[in-house]
Amino acid sequence: MLAWTIYLSFGGALLIAAFARRQPQLARVLALVTAVAGFLIAALAFFTQTGVTAIADCAWIPAMGIRYTLAADGISRVLVLLTGLASVSGVLFSWNIERRTGEFFAFYLALIGGVYGVFLSADLFLFFVFYEIAIVPKYFLIAIWGSTRREYGAMKLALYSFIGSAMVLVGLLAAYTVSGGHTLNLAALQQYAFPVSFQMWAFPLVFVGFAILAGMWPLHTWAPTGHVAAPTAASMLLAGVVMKLGAYGCLRVAMTLFPHGLDPWGWSFLGIGSWRTVFALLAVIGILYGAAVALIQNDFKFVIGYSSVSHMGLVLLGLMTLSQIGLDGAVLQMFSHGILAGLLFATVGRIVYERTHTRDLKALSGMHLGRTLPFAAWLFVIAGMASMGLPGFSGFIAELQVLIGAWTAFPVFTVLAGVGIVVGVAYTWRAMQTAFFSDAPESATASSASDEEAHAHEPITWAEKAGVALLLAASLAVGLAPRLLLDQITPAVLALPHALLTGGRI
Amino acid sequence: MTPVRYGDLLGILAPETILEVVSLLILFVDLGFLRSAATATRMRVASLLGAAGAVVAILWLMTHAGAASVMGGALVADRMVAAAQASVLALTALVLLLGLRSRFSRNPGEYVALVLLATTGMMLVAAARDLLLIFVALELLSLSLYVLAAFAKFSASSSEAALKYYLFGGISAAFMLFGFSYLYGIAGTTYLPEIAAKLGQTPLAPITLVAMALVAVGLGFKVAAVPFHLWAPDAYYGAPAPVAALIASGSKVASFAVLIAVTAALAPTWGWTLTLIVMAAASIVVGNLSALVQTSVRRILACSAIAHAGYMLLGIAAHTEASNRAVMIYAITYALTTVGAFGVVAIVERSAGTDRLDAFAGLSAQRPLVAAALLVFLLSLAGIPPLVGFWVKFQLFAAVLGAPGASGWALAMVIVAIAGSAVSLYYYLQVLKRAYVTAATTDRIVQVSGFEQILLAAIAVAVVILGVAPGLMTGFFTAF
Repeated sequence: MLAWTIYLSFGGALLIAAFARRQPQLARVLALVTAVAGFLIAALAFFTQTGVTAIADCAWIPAMGIRYTLAADGISRVLVLLTGLASVSGVLFSWNIERRTGEFFAFYLALIGGVYGVFLSADLFLFFVFYEIAIVPKYFLIAIWGSTRREYGAMKLALYSFIGSAMVLVGLLAAYTVSGGHTLNLAALQQYAFPVSFQMWAFPLVFVGFAILAGMWPLHTWAPTGHVAAPTAASMLLAGVVMKLGAYGCLRVAMTLFPHGLDPWGWSFLGIGSWRTVFALLAVIGILYGAAVALIQNDFKFVIGYSSVSHMGLVLLGLMTLSQIGLDGAVLQMFSHGILAGLLFATVGRIVYERTHTRDLKALSGMHLGRTLPFAAWLFVIAGMASMGLPGFSGFIAELQVLIGAWTAFPVFTVLAGVGIVVGVAYTWRAMQTAFFSDAPESATASSASDEEAHAHEPITWAEKAGVALLLAASLAVGLAPRLLLDQITPAVLALPHALLTGGRI
Repeated sequence: MTPVRYGDLLGILAPETILEVVSLLILFVDLGFLRSAATATRMRVASLLGAAGAVVAILWLMTHAGAASVMGGALVADRMVAAAQASVLALTALVLLLGLRSRFSRNPGEYVALVLLATTGMMLVAAARDLLLIFVALELLSLSLYVLAAFAKFSASSSEAALKYYLFGGISAAFMLFGFSYLYGIAGTTYLPEIAAKLGQTPLAPITLVAMALVAVGLGFKVAAVPFHLWAPDAYYGAPAPVAALIASGSKVASFAVLIAVTAALAPTWGWTLTLIVMAAASIVVGNLSALVQTSVRRILACSAIAHAGYMLLGIAAHTEASNRAVMIYAITYALTTVGAFGVVAIVERSAGTDRLDAFAGLSAQRPLVAAALLVFLLSLAGIPPLVGFWVKFQLFAAVLGAPGASGWALAMVIVAIAGSAVSLYYYLQVLKRAYVTAATTDRIVQVSGFEQILLAAIAVAVVILGVAPGLMTGFFTAF
């Protein structure tokens, strides 16, 4: 059933490319219908299925033992649900795209299809195919419909993604050859005992290849420029689901196939004695660095862009805890960040920018948006609070679990990550204060009342309201009843290789 | 010396004979009946006749399957050879059909006849297993291509391209012949399997290394491998578009087929493998890096051809049955994609008068189908799934890594190759960026006929389908 999320998205993309290139309204409706259908399927599967479900399995390239295998476990279903949510809200927030509308939604749905495919693939070859399919639409979405330095941002994003996937491809080919060249099925390869010396170089190669897309410091630089350059819906998808592709690949491929790559090297330098510590350190640096840089940005979208780097650092830290609670937290944080980053980008890039035509915090501070655009102001307050980890929203429970998991493994890193979260409060607060509730006087001399009338902003459209409601509801639901997700995530986490759940000890 | 049985010879050479007859027929029709007709009409008639001849030859190949050899194995027919020959024929037919509306020549009959002669050369190259025969066939191919490259008589760049191609080609052919003579001196035979046996028995002598280096010059030139690649950007740039497509496609397929055959004879020695690996690494690095700075799309395609030759040389160096098949599949699908790409370049050039990157601006708004086809071709060359370019790379690299005895060097080379293909995305995207992102700078509309659109769409669909269902390509090899 879940396979239809993939087929529908690609089908929708083809349909729009073929028949709705010149009919914007038709393209919008088709895209919305496709996205909603995908979301409904994802939700249905999420609420009705448990455990590992096989979706499709047939011979594809018999000569090389490659099969077309789709399967879903709890982690997949959670991320597929996230993709569904993000795709529907993304269509809603792109409702006002007027230029080359048909092509926009065709690329958009092709990207969504690739993302669904990655989350559902159970064969590494297929996984990789979908992973790379997702690269090209991203490039065009940003390069054609983007803003600030769009061609640069798009090319950087495409090259970073492609180089990351090249690293993954090397590891994948090596794993295929070492295991005898019979199969690329994930479950089958997981059973194969790769030599520890092989895992020691294959693991970091594949992990870093995926972590580039997850925004791991210092390979994160595509993320802020890409997010800023992208049109709103693409920012939402980039931060919301594409970065999750990277984190998901880290967990599903790198860590699951090569768990012994995380073992200690047997020697240590400055307290770093394994790839696990290396990546945990990089994750913590990402958390702190992203938060610190977000604190001094003047472009509103850069604030959100760097906050994404910071939040994805928490995901990577959670992965490196190698404990059930930490991994639970990492997956939960993927979902939570997907929703909240989407919401923040929608607020900044669509609701505010489309009305004020600036993202400069200084310029925004003179506009009294708290009064003239109260919807955006309150929305940003809520989304910002949720993003900084206010209990009751999804961010809190996710970060809490990551930190609890990290505490036993890396006490010092945990404290530093905690500092990063505090800085997160600061940058969110600063952005909120400057953009919406500043007392700064108007630059114009005219009295504020008449000026505000002149500046009267377009009303909030139904599409925006619907998108906001969808994302907020999801974040609240998960924050209030994390069991909804954890019931899916925990069994899937417990089914991971034993070494990933016991802090590396077998 | 076994006596030649001419009946067998005719049987094995029937497809080539068909081409020869058709090329004479074209000359006859063109010069005999159409002298006063418009050049466009003559081009159309000659091209259609040529394409029809190629199709007939393919049909002959498909219906007369089976392994055979004549002249003591100097000329062979087996599945691999037949698949290579059929692909060469199909590529020629596509090149001729895509060139229906080209106007570079006042002598369409001679042009098409030469194309068919070159194709005959390619087919013989793929089937030859004897040094002398290989040389003769390569010269038939090369001489036809030299003339074809110069065929736009009123274009200075065409003459320049042909001259460079000819000078480089002539010198490297001389080197190769010299190397062949050494090989004959060492082994006492020109028959490849016997050379292999001889070289396998004796320890590697310095003179053998010299012979190999000389042979590498000649074959390296044909596949445009570094450091014998210098002619490629100029020839691709200056030659008439269909001729450039022919040089880039069918000629490549045939050259790689003969390279596999020669490697079979020389592979017992480490010297040859090392030569191949060095050429492969140099081609991948130089090809990809030099493509980054090009502003002419044809030159980009030339540099990317050098890089692709590097990937394929890796597979040849691995020299297993799986890697040889992977190389042939790679060469054929690469050639198909390149013919499509050159088809788009020719269409844009016809309207813009140049193949500079900027000429492609706004293509998607004017000709969405042509732009979509270009998207498919270039992304396939970059190796993006689900297009065939990804699959063949995966298969090739897996075969290289899986070769017995391959370990450190194979992994290192595959890493170089994959890194190179990661770089390549940049310059392919430079073209696609113009086609999709940049707005057109002029009002002129890109002219394209319905037939061309159908042909390009068909090639694009083939690239997608072969990528989604790679089994078809393997099936193609077993169809003969």
